[in-house]
Amino acid sequence: MALLTLTTKGLYCEAGDFFIDPWESVERAVITHAHSDHARPGMKAYLTAMSGKGVLHERVGATAKIEGIPFGQTVEMGGVKVSLHPAGHLLGSSQVRVEHKGEIWVFSGDYKTQPDPSCEAFELVRCNTFITESTFGLPIYQWDDSRVLYREVEDWWRANQVLGRTSVLFAYALGKAQRVLAGVDPEVGPILVHGSVNRFLPHYEAAGMPLAKAEYATPELIKQHKGRCLLIAPSSVQGTTWLKRFQPCSLAFASGWMTVRGNRRRQALDRGFVLSDHVDWPSLMETIKATGAESIGVTHGYADVVVRYLKEQGNEAWVLKTEFEGESIQEVDSREENAE
Amino acid sequence: MKRFSQLFSEIDRTNRTNEKVAALVSYFNEAEAADAAWALYFLTEKRLSRPVTGRQLLQWASEASGFDPWLLEECYDRVGDFAETVALLVSEGDKILDEPLSRMVEEYILPLTDMGESSKRSIIVDTWMQLRKTERLLFMKMITGGFRMGVARTLVVRALAESCGVDKAILSHRLMGAWQPDAEGFQRIVSTNTSDDLGALPYPFYLAYPWEPEKEESFDVSEYRIEWKWDGIRSQLIKREGEVALWSRGEELITDQFPELLLAAASLPNGLVLDGEIVAWSGGEVMPFGELQSRLGRKRVGAALMQAIPVAFVTYDLLEVEGDDLRTVELDRRIKKLSELIPPQQLGARIFTVPELKASSWGNVSKWREKAADFKTEGVMIKRRSSAYGVGRKKGDWFKWKVDPFTIDAVLVYAQQGHGRRASLYTDYTFAVWDGKELVPVAKAYSGLTDKEIRKVDAFIKKNTTGRKGPVRMVKPELVFELAFEGIRVSSRHRSGVAFRFPRISRFRTDKPIEEADTLETICALLPPQAISQPTRMNQLELFPDAG
Ligand SMILES: [Zn+2]
Ligand SMILES: [Zn+2]
Repeated sequence: MALLTLTTKGLYCEAGDFFIDPWESVERAVITHAHSDHARPGMKAYLTAMSGKGVLHERVGATAKIEGIPFGQTVEMGGVKVSLHPAGHLLGSSQVRVEHKGEIWVFSGDYKTQPDPSCEAFELVRCNTFITESTFGLPIYQWDDSRVLYREVEDWWRANQVLGRTSVLFAYALGKAQRVLAGVDPEVGPILVHGSVNRFLPHYEAAGMPLAKAEYATPELIKQHKGRCLLIAPSSVQGTTWLKRFQPCSLAFASGWMTVRGNRRRQALDRGFVLSDHVDWPSLMETIKATGAESIGVTHGYADVVVRYLKEQGNEAWVLKTEFEGESIQEVDSREENAE
Repeated sequence: MKRFSQLFSEIDRTNRTNEKVAALVSYFNEAEAADAAWALYFLTEKRLSRPVTGRQLLQWASEASGFDPWLLEECYDRVGDFAETVALLVSEGDKILDEPLSRMVEEYILPLTDMGESSKRSIIVDTWMQLRKTERLLFMKMITGGFRMGVARTLVVRALAESCGVDKAILSHRLMGAWQPDAEGFQRIVSTNTSDDLGALPYPFYLAYPWEPEKEESFDVSEYRIEWKWDGIRSQLIKREGEVALWSRGEELITDQFPELLLAAASLPNGLVLDGEIVAWSGGEVMPFGELQSRLGRKRVGAALMQAIPVAFVTYDLLEVEGDDLRTVELDRRIKKLSELIPPQQLGARIFTVPELKASSWGNVSKWREKAADFKTEGVMIKRRSSAYGVGRKKGDWFKWKVDPFTIDAVLVYAQQGHGRRASLYTDYTFAVWDGKELVPVAKAYSGLTDKEIRKVDAFIKKNTTGRKGPVRMVKPELVFELAFEGIRVSSRHRSGVAFRFPRISRFRTDKPIEEADTLETICALLPPQAISQPTRMNQLELFPDAG
């Protein structure tokens, strides 16, 4: 019998009576990570990785009932053994391992295998059934070494300083923004962040992640540093009067979507840095193979394409239709927009 | 190829016109003539004949990348550009080619045409694997033709002019003709010896000021000649030394677009310059401007097109006759001479004059203007009978009094389905203009397009939706429209800070790239003087302003 099934409320484990990343209110929710398409407010009880507890509270509210468990520790739920394993997506992001009567399923959540000093490294978990995300499940998506990319960001930043322009880097407020802070060289100049980025920083600090020093962009600091600072902000600030205070600016976006030229040009960006917190195609295929899974569920992105490809390679694979949105080109998180 | 690829990235990376031009200028300054020749060739959107079919490329890309054609097609759907898809899917080996652009074209691409399929395949696939991603993209673009670097031809000419010091109009003229994309050909293009070129150049166009009806008292109507303001392309027709050239107001040579006018000009005397308007003309009257537009920007103008959309040159001024510059002669006398040379409109004529509009009072002039729509013109021209043909705009001699007092060029950014008969089509549009490097929505408009145009825009919208918000689709900014409106005012309710009265679509500007759409700044300049304080943009993101 399927250990995890899809219901109208989300991915459900009947044997253990709990949901994973549900989109409607339920009694018990296991949350892979605090992005808004996975973590929604209104659950009676949350279970998540210990190091992700703080950021999850930021997302679903300070009063939400959240239990944190260390990675690798097993909890029993109705005879089902549940444990969380690092997904490498952002601080405290996990894959969910579910074991029942000798059968092991793993739900990947969002993950990447690329090194990222701002969060726990992805851990490969062997299983019978692997449900994987496929946000970037097309072979055009192949990430370069992120260190090379940070040097490009720094070069762009320096060139902007010469021209007296603020370097505005659009990035997801949670995860990507902090990853950039862990990657760029703070010696280049001052770094300011938008309020929606800033509110997650204490949690990263508490977890001991080596992030460059960044300051919340107050009106005084904006005045003082515009024209030479790096500003990290969600893309929703594009076109606002708030952003105008930094003028003149050069606009860039750090996202896997920047692989395709048209995505950047359509948004009138000067630069696109291909930096993603999801697996690229080669790592997706490698990971699927390495889990040893006999059956592969694919969700969250190019599920149809990946499933067809896997089947052609002789695998058992199926599409799981969830409501996860993944890294959309237009940032849709309204809470982040309003945080300023 | 490295330097050319760098130029491509520099242009691709910025939306600032002056940075694009600067990148081009430094390329033209640094590149060897043989390479610059090919760069110029591709930048001006000339293409090589295609040596392979799309099917072959798909097959080879599939083999080179190890992915089945269906998966390549999925990727292509996402990327929207075949050359880019291949660039992303095929990866380079250890050996990297480092050849100048000219050798790349002349030794790797041009010889393909005469080769058998297997040789073609091995050269193309080997080259893919020996180029870095951006160079691979460029190599594909050169093979497949569709080369658009995101830089308008006028900018290329501007940069070249800045680099070599030759006048833009002269460069346009030289680029218009056949030239060899090699070192010698390039040197001829940028040659500072212009003695042979001057003969083909137009005079600077004399432009009219908007008429201010409230000031008509101060003008004597009998001193003015009233004419229709034609809805076409303002042009000068030049015939010198047996050669005919048609120049548009934008200093663009458009002779090739209108073979029938070229033919008609054959019987004109030499040493002649006519000022006038190219219009689509059928059954003794003007056709809508949209029809004329479909004649523009074509590589080849076929007989069927010429028959479907016949054009005429309506001439209303004579600037040169028998090689003499007439521009300082009074308008009435120039027109008298013109009527001796060019016949009035008659069946089958392609180049003709039209009579002036008789008016004995400003009230009569106003009546003519009200009738403009019946004659499919834009309004009336008011020209001082004693005026010389000046340079640029000189206040007081020539005026235009258009039916639509205001027009702007704006970019389609959102669309919604219409109602009733057109419920399945996207007919309700939101338009934006530039504010710096951003497009800000300024107006909604529903009406003004023909059914044919609506279907075309609808298909574009369905293919180029980038996002949705309820019933509204966000559309890839690519289409430019001219909007006409009755008035403009400051509005704090709109994100742009301005609101239009009765905006409607007056033209589908298929000839304009989005870079040439209007800016918020130019629109604010249209505000009535009492609203001098610049409107401030709203912080709140009002995506769908309802104008009016
Ligand atoms: Zn996520
Ligand atoms: Zn997600």
